[in-house]
Amino acid sequence: MSEDYRPMWADLGLDLKAHDALLGVLGNAYQDIFLSQKERPEGMGYFDFVMSEVHGLRIKELLDEKAAGRKIVGCYCVFVPEELVLAANATLVGLCAGADFATDAVERLLPRNTCALIKSTFGFKLGKVCPYLESADMVVGENTCDGKKKAYETLDHLVDNLFVMDMPQAKSAQGKSLLKAEYYRFKSALEDLTGVAVTVQSLRQAIETVNAKRAAIHRLSALRKADPAPISGLDALLANQVFLYDNPARFTDAVNKICDELEVRVENKMGVSAARKPRILVSGCPQAVPNWKLPFIVERSGAVIVGEESCVGERGTRNLTDASGESVDEMMEAITDRYFKVDCAIFTPNPDRLAHIEEMAAAYKADGVIHYGLQFCQPYLMEAIPVEKALEEKNIPCLRIETDYSNEDAGQLKTRVEAFIEQLR
Amino acid sequence: MRFAGIDIGSRTIELVVVDPTGEILLSLQADTGFDPIAEAGKLLAGVAYDRIMATGYGRSLFEISFDAPTVTEIKAHARGARAFFPDAHTVLDIGGQDSKAIALLENGRVRKFEMNDRCAAGTGKFLEIMAATLGFGIEAFGPEALRARKGLSISSMCTVFAESEVTSLIARGGNRGEIARGVHSSVIRRAAGMINRISSQGDIVFTGGVAKNPCMCHLLAEKLGRTVLLPDDPQLVGALGAALLAAEASALQD
Repeated sequence: MSEDYRPMWADLGLDLKAHDALLGVLGNAYQDIFLSQKERPEGMGYFDFVMSEVHGLRIKELLDEKAAGRKIVGCYCVFVPEELVLAANATLVGLCAGADFATDAVERLLPRNTCALIKSTFGFKLGKVCPYLESADMVVGENTCDGKKKAYETLDHLVDNLFVMDMPQAKSAQGKSLLKAEYYRFKSALEDLTGVAVTVQSLRQAIETVNAKRAAIHRLSALRKADPAPISGLDALLANQVFLYDNPARFTDAVNKICDELEVRVENKMGVSAARKPRILVSGCPQAVPNWKLPFIVERSGAVIVGEESCVGERGTRNLTDASGESVDEMMEAITDRYFKVDCAIFTPNPDRLAHIEEMAAAYKADGVIHYGLQFCQPYLMEAIPVEKALEEKNIPCLRIETDYSNEDAGQLKTRVEAFIEQLR
Repeated sequence: MRFAGIDIGSRTIELVVVDPTGEILLSLQADTGFDPIAEAGKLLAGVAYDRIMATGYGRSLFEISFDAPTVTEIKAHARGARAFFPDAHTVLDIGGQDSKAIALLENGRVRKFEMNDRCAAGTGKFLEIMAATLGFGIEAFGPEALRARKGLSISSMCTVFAESEVTSLIARGGNRGEIARGVHSSVIRRAAGMINRISSQGDIVFTGGVAKNPCMCHLLAEKLGRTVLLPDDPQLVGALGAALLAAEASALQD
């Protein structure tokens, strides 16, 4: 990193030694996994820069915003409406973590058999290595899966300002009114935090900002439908991962620039590799930075990932929010409509997700689907079995993976993924 | 042209050389030891071949050292099993450190597979440790277990926990042969579960080192009520499959 951020990290209360170790590992992993790829779009240089400054410049920007009186809100889920946060003059950042950290300390607070995503979240807090979390003026939890909702009870003792939002579990009229009521409660909490009332203008502006960001990602996704795929799954995943860290307008520009470049590639039938590669759709649990384990194995084994049916991917970014409402209430309704469509596995039943997987497999011309489940993530692991069955009935090969953030199973995983790719060739 | 296949497993390395018709010209075996690539090099010394393909858990190391193409054990066993049994649709491979159930399409391609994850449960290594705990040589373990009239139940699949379960059965005066049979049954329960997830009927080709154990074959057939077919040398199936795939790849290039 170009600037010395150590005083900034120290002010945030980070454990500098542990943090150095984390950045060291992250830097090496990024080098091996991303920079070693061939035929990368030039526009990915932006994301290389973002990643090299992920705990540096971006944190400095957030702290500058704070100094100017803006509030920072952290969240762990795509059900937290960024529109409301922006409209209340605050900035939303994702806090989900994708690496094991301070596991011993975590297992004093959480059972060992907790999913890696939740454990990692705690590890980054207890290990004092997440500058995003330490910058946040409010942390939003949401009652999605049992693991998360119970973990928030414990997290409440570790962070100053935890706001927990309740979540419906069924796509019923009652479920929707619960979500809407919770979004109103969240709006009030934000207004209390920032002292800024959400207005028709600020909310419409916020919806348009977030929609533009989503539209850029939709454009990127559409380009990945081309055969050969013009961008690696790893690079596209990275863009999806940065979706919730970066300044929205700058992110939108960066993604659109990559798309301009990819359009030329698609026109010239140029892909990430000369040879035709089996095309894979990844479906299931979110993959937070720096969890690049599965896509790295898949793409190193000679396939290309063309889509992510995931919170960090299309489940999180699908559908725009209608900005045409003429009152705050109308726009609140539109926001509820948009988020209520998210097909998270906490909903029962959840037929939309299966329909989306089948739709995506066809649209992205996937030769096979890898269902990515985090160990102990009951909702997605439960759905994995009917998903596999339904896909196989349609003659779409499916590989069910159940893994975590460790590298303990990398050898086995590699053999299974390679054998699956052989099956598709 | 002579085509070689080398299967670098966790316990043993097999080398098979075939002619263009798939006839086996040579087969060799060695222990993997702690340096698989050095062992593979020794095994290959003086063996004449034109093309080679590697499989097994050491395949990636071999690919780097010998600049050779590789194939997973799953595809290699599927191909090798078809060489012995052209109608095979289901293959069970239990090797030293992992086990796989493989379902094949009509044309011999892999339709679906299941594989144990992470630990040594239900593999050759598990049986080896249990045999040692019970004081049997690995060769005698299967026949002794087969002779027992019943099996004492072993519930744990974790190698470490199962070992202590076996130790406590011995302490309680359990018959060694019956405990041995119980150990075999516990591995078969797991293997049968994997097979049932991918295929519901038809003969099963049993490959890998564990297929040489007669009690395993007997219990597998009994548990599933399906015929178990054994190749002449089940341990060679992976290497043979790799050799045949090398030959087919070469034919495609020409």
